Amino acid sequence: MSYDATLEPGHDADANELVIRVRGLTNRFGSNTIHEDLDLDVRKGEIIGVIGGSGTGKSVLLRSIVGLNKPVKGDIEVFGQKLNEISHEKRVAIERRWGVMFQDGALFSTLTVRENVMAPMVEHTKAPRALMRELADLKIRLAGLELEAAVKRPADLSGGMRKRAALARALALDPDLVFLDEPTAGLDPIGAQKFDELVRSLSDALGLTVFLVTHDLDTLVAICDRIAVLSDGKVLAIGSMDEVRKNPHPWIQEYFSGPRGRAAVK
Amino acid sequence: MTPNSTRFQVETADDGRQVLSVAGEWTIWTVNRVEEQLRNTKIRYDAILDVSELGRIDTSGAYLIDRALGALEGIDDPIKIRGDHPQIDRLLGKVRKASPAAPPDPIRPPGLIALLDRAGHGAVEAWRELLGTLSFVGETTATMGRLIRNPRRIRWTSVVAVMEEAGLDALPIVSFLAFFIGLVIAFIGANLLAMFNASVFTVELVGIGMLREFGPILTAILLAGRTDSAFTAQIGAMKMRQEIDAMRTIGLDPMEALVAPRLIALLIMTPLLSFAATIAGIAGGLVAAWSAMGISPVMFLERFQDVVPEQHFWVGIVKTPVFALVIAMVGCRQGMLVEGDVVSLGRRTTSSVVQSIFLVIALDAMFAIIYYQLNV
Repeated sequence: MSYDATLEPGHDADANELVIRVRGLTNRFGSNTIHEDLDLDVRKGEIIGVIGGSGTGKSVLLRSIVGLNKPVKGDIEVFGQKLNEISHEKRVAIERRWGVMFQDGALFSTLTVRENVMAPMVEHTKAPRALMRELADLKIRLAGLELEAAVKRPADLSGGMRKRAALARALALDPDLVFLDEPTAGLDPIGAQKFDELVRSLSDALGLTVFLVTHDLDTLVAICDRIAVLSDGKVLAIGSMDEVRKNPHPWIQEYFSGPRGRAAVK
Repeated sequence: MTPNSTRFQVETADDGRQVLSVAGEWTIWTVNRVEEQLRNTKIRYDAILDVSELGRIDTSGAYLIDRALGALEGIDDPIKIRGDHPQIDRLLGKVRKASPAAPPDPIRPPGLIALLDRAGHGAVEAWRELLGTLSFVGETTATMGRLIRNPRRIRWTSVVAVMEEAGLDALPIVSFLAFFIGLVIAFIGANLLAMFNASVFTVELVGIGMLREFGPILTAILLAGRTDSAFTAQIGAMKMRQEIDAMRTIGLDPMEALVAPRLIALLIMTPLLSFAATIAGIAGGLVAAWSAMGISPVMFLERFQDVVPEQHFWVGIVKTPVFALVIAMVGCRQGMLVEGDVVSLGRRTTSSVVQSIFLVIALDAMFAIIYYQLNV
């Protein structure tokens, strides 16, 4: 395998570099078209929030980008590499640079929380086991869990704790890019706010790029640099909160000017 | 040394304070190079951190530096930093806040006590299992009693679906296996009985063997493996996804909606399958007798009617509803016992199959003893 500097974790390029570049993405399930010729850019270091009504393909978009869903058509580039054209080795190298947090956590139920967080480290790094344990504990604490949770199994955790454990696992390899699917759904408002702050501060401290699928208006307002609105299989609007709110599309107007929307942006 | 290689150095400055200089890349991919060395280096917690040559760093690198500077001993003085680095401040701050205190280790009691502990837990577990089984049998009986008094509550759609899935779909495999078993018995019998010039008794051997034992027991064991695992997995998956809780909250009785249809379907299908298996087994014997001993099918069947009394059929078929009860109840009960995680689903499916096969064979032995005493 030839050495390629752009594949090294944390390869620094200029700030305008696109971390994710989606072009002409089309997804269909049977006769049901989810995405039609969708384009999306995610810049390095930003937190982008993807919103849209139910069934507009937010999660499918996330799954397409991380390669869990094979699109009918279209190109997806992550870290400048076309995912459908690269070799297996390059793909693994890219997978080491991203972390994914699924909506229900998707923790391995046979492992404890600590072992869950250690799993990517064991697979990819050469660090000694004792250090991995310590680092896993660090990630667990970073994600806002008490250490008592480290030795528990996912089945023994509450929904909110499972989300934090899942975040800890997504952060295990100090990724450059994190995908979060509905991270604050099901959390209490205080927990959700802490989660938001956590994501924001991690993004600031580590230069993390965050791809966030959410319905939580407070999250959008509090931490997102840009917002992308999905509708009719396309990105309807993308830009800062203020820019998106000016968009006259009825769904966007209803979304932001409803009582919840108004309360959040106040 | 390349500028990116991970390294550190401890010096004592002129004013007597220690300086820890870190350089190169300190990330999860590289820290293993310095981890041990750094752990073994004695550094005072008030040392100054020099980051002027530090390259990339992430939380793992920051954690190591923080650990070296006394975070684990619970020292909370801010680290004095010399040199410029865009991230080090924030990273150290984050890591220090999250630095694990002494990680909890489960306490293990010493050997003998642990043994007694396990034995005690095992005994309690066995007792609970017995109680649980009895209560499930009771609950099932009560539910079935209710349904018999009020047959309109029986969910026939589910019953028929299970009959198809567990009964009809199993017909090919059950008859196929029984056919081969019949074939094998006939061949063994032909060889043995030929020594006494009595190979024609193969007909009795196959007939009585299949009618009394092999037809019912083969069917029961196949159902135990095939259907029980399905019952446990179906009900267990519903349990895991809280579907059973949801049923309870809307006033649906899981015993009535899930257990009863499976029980009724197996009660109907097991005797029928067993009958088919018996026929297939006898056909297997017939084929073997024809090909190995030249006993023609007509002769085989004539002799069969002459020498095999009808009671053997009843002796065999009477056992099948009992097997059906055991198989259905074990499968459903193990499914109900599944907890929230995947491991318990696997464990319950295994024990469901093992338990029902065990019970089927044990019951069959009991039947054999009873029949022997009754002389039938």
